Amino acid sequence: MKLLRIKAITKKEFIQIWRDPLSLAMAFIMPVILLFIYGYAITFDIDKIPTVVFDMDKSSLSREFVNQFHESGYFRVNSYVESYKAIDPYLDSGRARVAIVIPEYFSKNIKKGFPVQVEVLIDGGDSNTATIAQGYSTAIAEGFSQRVRGSRMSPLIESRSRVWYNNELKSRNFIIPGLIAIIMAVIIALLIALTVAREWDRGTMEQLISTPIKTPELILGKLIPYFLIGFAGTLLTILMSTLLFDVPLRGSIALLLGLSAIFLFGGLSFGMLMSIAGKTQLVASQAALLTSFLPAFLLSGFIFSISNMPKPLQVITYFIPARYFVTILKGIFLKGSTLRVLWLEALLLTLFAVLVFIAANRKFRKRID
Amino acid sequence: MIDNDMNGNSIAVQVNDLRRTFGDFVAVDNISLSVRRGEIFGFLGPNGAGKSTTIRMLCGLLMPTGGTGTVGGFDINKESELIKKVIGYMSQKFSLYDNLTVEENINFFGGVYNVPKEKKIERKEWVLNMAGLKEERHALTRTLPAGFKQRLALGCAILHDPHIIFLDEPTSGVDPISRRNFWNLINGMSQAGTTVFVTTHYMDEADYCDRLALIYRGKIVAEGTPTDLRRKHMTRDVLEVNVDKVVEAFNTLTFHKIEAAIFGSTLHVVVDDEETFRERISSVLAESGVAVKGIEKIPPSLEDVFVTLIEVS
Repeated sequence: MKLLRIKAITKKEFIQIWRDPLSLAMAFIMPVILLFIYGYAITFDIDKIPTVVFDMDKSSLSREFVNQFHESGYFRVNSYVESYKAIDPYLDSGRARVAIVIPEYFSKNIKKGFPVQVEVLIDGGDSNTATIAQGYSTAIAEGFSQRVRGSRMSPLIESRSRVWYNNELKSRNFIIPGLIAIIMAVIIALLIALTVAREWDRGTMEQLISTPIKTPELILGKLIPYFLIGFAGTLLTILMSTLLFDVPLRGSIALLLGLSAIFLFGGLSFGMLMSIAGKTQLVASQAALLTSFLPAFLLSGFIFSISNMPKPLQVITYFIPARYFVTILKGIFLKGSTLRVLWLEALLLTLFAVLVFIAANRKFRKRID
Repeated sequence: MIDNDMNGNSIAVQVNDLRRTFGDFVAVDNISLSVRRGEIFGFLGPNGAGKSTTIRMLCGLLMPTGGTGTVGGFDINKESELIKKVIGYMSQKFSLYDNLTVEENINFFGGVYNVPKEKKIERKEWVLNMAGLKEERHALTRTLPAGFKQRLALGCAILHDPHIIFLDEPTSGVDPISRRNFWNLINGMSQAGTTVFVTTHYMDEADYCDRLALIYRGKIVAEGTPTDLRRKHMTRDVLEVNVDKVVEAFNTLTFHKIEAAIFGSTLHVVVDDEETFRERISSVLAESGVAVKGIEKIPPSLEDVFVTLIEVS
């Protein structure tokens, strides 16, 4: 391997990237846009769910019960109706997503110690919100009944949960660290996928392979500029996550950057492999998008929890490096995990990077046929 | 390692029964040739005859389906990476980086060919000078006229001072004056001892070459110096017939089994003897209403030679 050749390739790639502002913009504007979309627009937290109430009892106790819902902050009671029928238009139009129906003799039965059933209708159109609303309403009802008869008897077992690592249960804290992996995957997939295919498309590869350059020199020379750009993009997203979105970074920054570099190297090698295998720019970029961005997005545990996936899908996730990186990111950001905990993920990431780099070198042929 | 031929001349390129197929299509059909050191070897033939396929196999870019050979003493089947160190190659399609400047392209190829640091600047200036691109060194390659690009591509291919250079249709799409300049450059390099293997489909360029091979449908149909080829294959006379309606005249003559070819606004007719055919051509054309403005005997061009050879094969 000749350093001079690697340097020549790297320099040339840098000049080309610099003269093609679109790719440079993609490297730096894309992360910002994605971070804003996921950081601000998409939230899996629920609060102030519009709620309609049909109170048949109209007692002070029933009013207090409704008030519990309102005060929890998760529900916002915005209208009252006087019949069952009147509830339908609210739920149909989405003006309310939850309806609470309080039966007659609500306070009378409670005072007598009889069991009381309150009907809670939930719009299941958004199953995520529905499940959470169901959980909250159960909890509120239980809390209320305990408080009312609390003095008489206390439950045998009381569970008191405390949430660790993300104690405000902010979905932003859970999404953004994982998002860094996705952003890196996108940059990698879109930027580098073109680098080899473009040279075949434009015919410049024919000239290049007629020279004594060696395959690893060519591949390394092409990787280096994208690695540096990708790393700068990573730094940018990490900075934005902590400074702009207040995501806590509890672990070691050095470890975070080191493992990011390994993930980046593996991802770039993979994009390079796609570019080599694809040969035309269109095929290469489509292939890269399909094989690195989508799996990273869907199967890495970034949003969709892997343990809830069907078994065959779970098996597939083991082959997706983003899965390990998402674990690493969430660990370092939220839990302050060290390498003692993350060694297996780090090892698998490294293994993936090395194997794919070798594969890219083997796949490349210094021939036209 | 340099091979010698039977006459003791050193050989730069030699192939035997070189063959390449793409599926059922035979692009190069068992050709054999040898090129001596320092000569300009022209590889002539129409588009699709197999010129580029041959040159790519010689440069180690395409694996031969069969045959053996050496380039610069290295085996074309096994040592293609060693071949790449001693050759320069200029592909048919312009293949430098459009969005790099002239100087950046030269620097890049200087790095890729691993030109030693102390020689790099000297070689760069030499190339800029040779190609007449001193003024344009900071211009984006995309903005250069075709002739300049061609010279830059040649310059980038010979930065490392190769023994043998392969040029695939270096002058296609370039204006006549640039073409002449280009051939002067090639001539100069050959004088300095570099072997030049050049393909072209411009027959008038053949006279710049020391030796030629004519390739047609994957086969070499003739080989020799330009003078040899004219003498050996042109025993018949060539008449230039000046008429008002070229295509009609061509059809008429072909109908009467007289060998003719269209050359611009005239016809070249190949005949066994001048006197008898002058009469015949005039009468045949007059019958079909074509006015003959003149018939003249001309020295055969290589294109006439080529047309004759193709008719034969």
